[in-house]
Amino acid sequence: MHDVLVRKRVVIVEEIFHEGGPLATKPLRRAAALVAIHNPFAGKYVPEIAGFMDDLNPLGLEMAKALIAALGGDPRLIEGYGKGAIVGTAGELEHGALWHVPGGYAMREILGNAKAIVASTKKVGGPGTRLDVPITHINASYVRSHFDAMEVGIADAPKNDEILLALVMTTGARVHARVGGLKAAEIKGEDGLR
Amino acid sequence: MKAKIRKILTFVEETRTEMGKAVNPPTRRAAAAAVIENPFAGRYVEDLAELMGIGEELGALLTERAVAALGIPGASAESYGKAAAVGENGELEHAAAILHPKLGTPVRKALGKGAALIPSSKKRGGPGVALDIPLGHKDAAFVRSHFDGMEIRVNDAPRANEILVAIAVTDSGRPLARVGGLTKDQIKGEDGLR
Repeated sequence: MHDVLVRKRVVIVEEIFHEGGPLATKPLRRAAALVAIHNPFAGKYVPEIAGFMDDLNPLGLEMAKALIAALGGDPRLIEGYGKGAIVGTAGELEHGALWHVPGGYAMREILGNAKAIVASTKKVGGPGTRLDVPITHINASYVRSHFDAMEVGIADAPKNDEILLALVMTTGARVHARVGGLKAAEIKGEDGLR
Repeated sequence: MKAKIRKILTFVEETRTEMGKAVNPPTRRAAAAAVIENPFAGRYVEDLAELMGIGEELGALLTERAVAALGIPGASAESYGKAAAVGENGELEHAAAILHPKLGTPVRKALGKGAALIPSSKKRGGPGVALDIPLGHKDAAFVRSHFDGMEIRVNDAPRANEILVAIAVTDSGRPLARVGGLTKDQIKGEDGLR
């Protein structure tokens, strides 16, 4: 059991009207919730770290709720999601892996029945490191229009003894999606893939 | 609307601790940014009035977004700042035309008062360039606790023919400010300086 010590929270919202093509009838919105927390394992090798995943659950829920609020308040508007972590340099990549379970749990919990695996990425880095958080459809990973990513970062985080945790949600497809593949309207929704 | 907007972003930052010491209440700052087409990209145009009009429009829109992101009444905002990054086919003077002649009036209208100069910065750069928005107290530029800055960046902007325009608003000064100087409760608010 470790305390989750939050230094800083950041919420970023992007509203995309076009990218050189026709104006979107419904602008795409993407949001990221970022939190810089103290890394309780910084500076040393700790064999048993898995318990910290449970400690992170409440923070994950808080971040997922913040994203829903930032995107209009209705979980039914959310079509894509992703997650990621940047571990400060006194930590190890494995500390970032602690985010897989609580980050995914939190978004599924808030979104009800989301079936698809939550795409993720992680790295070790210094303050200002940028992370391209991958995004896929919440119910079917193969929906090609929803393959996306959002670049995030905080100028002064992660410090060396911190972990920057990220959750991302979107309200739809890429703004001018037109490269075919499985469509959101064709989802069977059985296996989380198609 | 005069400005051709490709996307709008908001960023909210909340600092809860510094060096393990609680920041109570947490300091919060928000920035709203628009990515717009530069109507004068790639050529020298003498009369920049169109960009001045765009600045007026964005002053209202971005201040409203930033204040909404903080969830406070405009009059409760404590400090502010503005900045623009011009894509490679534009000139620095295009940023000046947006920021300086007409943008301030609607900002002050949205925030109640605003006797102080709105601190500003500008640059030319490519996509993902970091924009450091200077911050100062809105009613008295010499309030030392509110000298600050907020970094934002947008990974895909400004494109060559675009301008990234941002306004930052806070509900507080720096976390744990303690280097003396004029404090906010000493503001006379007559000349915008003290």
